[in-house]
Amino acid sequence: MRFSRKYLGIPYYIFLGLFVIAPLVVLFYYAFTNGSGQFTLMNFAGFFTNPNTLGTLLYSFAIAAVTTVVCVLLAYPLAYILATGRLRRKSGIIMIFVMPMWINFSLRITALKEVLTFLEGNLAMYPFLNAVVGMTYDFLPFMILPIYTTISRLDRSLLEAAADLGANEREAFLKVTLPLSMPGVMSGVSMVFLPAMTNYVVLDMLYNSTYIMGSLIGSYFSAYNWNGGSMIALILLGIICLFTYLSDSDEGQNNTRGGALL
Amino acid sequence: MNKRISLWRPLFFVLMLLVLYLPILILAVYSFTDATTIGAIRGFSLHNYVTLFTTPELQTMILGTLALAFGAAAIATVLGTLGALGAFYARPRIRSAVQTVNQIPVINADVVTGFSLCVLLVVVLGISKDTFIPLVAGHVVLCAPFVFLNVMPRIRQMDPAMYEAALDLGATPRKALSQVVIPQIMPGIVSGFGLAVTLSLDDYFIATYTKPATFNTISTYVVNATKGSQTTIKTALWALSTVIFAIVILFVAAMNYRASRQEKRREKEDV
Repeated sequence: MRFSRKYLGIPYYIFLGLFVIAPLVVLFYYAFTNGSGQFTLMNFAGFFTNPNTLGTLLYSFAIAAVTTVVCVLLAYPLAYILATGRLRRKSGIIMIFVMPMWINFSLRITALKEVLTFLEGNLAMYPFLNAVVGMTYDFLPFMILPIYTTISRLDRSLLEAAADLGANEREAFLKVTLPLSMPGVMSGVSMVFLPAMTNYVVLDMLYNSTYIMGSLIGSYFSAYNWNGGSMIALILLGIICLFTYLSDSDEGQNNTRGGALL
Repeated sequence: MNKRISLWRPLFFVLMLLVLYLPILILAVYSFTDATTIGAIRGFSLHNYVTLFTTPELQTMILGTLALAFGAAAIATVLGTLGALGAFYARPRIRSAVQTVNQIPVINADVVTGFSLCVLLVVVLGISKDTFIPLVAGHVVLCAPFVFLNVMPRIRQMDPAMYEAALDLGATPRKALSQVVIPQIMPGIVSGFGLAVTLSLDDYFIATYTKPATFNTISTYVVNATKGSQTTIKTALWALSTVIFAIVILFVAAMNYRASRQEKRREKEDV
């Protein structure tokens, strides 16, 4: 076989086939079969008729939604201040805000847990509040970075134009900066909302709660119920695909997860 | 009015800094004491650091985490880079198919990725978790797509004529690749590798579903420790948190220093 640049990708294609596509195929198979390998819709029906799983779904949805809103409310003003302020060495300052991403999340949550325990006593007393606080603490940097990036890339002349046309600062912000920074907000939302829905370990660490979507998989996993677990995983995947499809703004901003390094 | 705004800005800025860093800083202070909970005031002590650096269990766990991170990142970097090169030169239909599949692990929840890999490799294929194959495969799945995404833009920016020129000057395709193409996309490969290391270090979900029972990464170890009641281990982890925090600060400071020096040099050249 003559060497061609096209062939370079073959190892990676095989890898993707084996470890990305095949697991999903198996997931589908397990989700729609029972323990003895027969086709069944029981797992699917079971999810939507079990008040416990449905309740968990709604509860995780609520936690994720509130966390996302809190993150936007905190991150947007901060990103705006950072991007528009007359600060020297901006790249260094934004680095300070993304630096927590490089400290292992479990250690950061341990720190948060100690402080919250000192302030509140028993953390299980306020489960919803602490879930939101913990998730916000964990995910806030992922919201700051994309918003900062979009605002600092805004064309300043648009704001000058708005001023020339008689807009005051507030109007210019509401009608120019805010709409144009929405792609950054959207990419931040998708960086926070989905992980907040599935990341059960934060709650588990804070007050040993397992009342969130992701941990349902964990409980089926420890019970060796691969079929039920696969169905939950598949439903989560469906939610993720739906959400990604809805929020897919453009620009391939999928890199934000590690954008700090770029 | 104007004065109030100018005061709010730094106030909010400082407040956010405190929110992000206060817990880590408080823990750092307490890691140098005998205290086992925050709030209790005790004397200065280094015993947490002694425990951290002398307990074999902690040593194995930390070194194991690092070995996994660098090993998986190395494999992911090779695979992801080759994949990006191959996909770039492939027919458009193949390229877009590869890019789509590459997005799956990126958008998918790590819980789902870890669980589905566990079902395939352990349940269906019967590979033992003790072989480390599921764990390493899982971490490469986590990292390689991000290497791919980091390298791809570099290949796009590259001047295609360079490769052709190397061939015209008598280089074999292999040589043209290793001496012309690879050096040009090197920044993308390096940042992809760095990203891969940090993703692996921070992973919890894929590791819980695929790791051998006796092996722990920092994340799985800390999560178990916070639920346990062993206070010596718990406070030794405060020391670990402080050490990692210090390393990250040094790293960021070094990168900043380098960036500002490069900037100065560029300014001089401009004059």
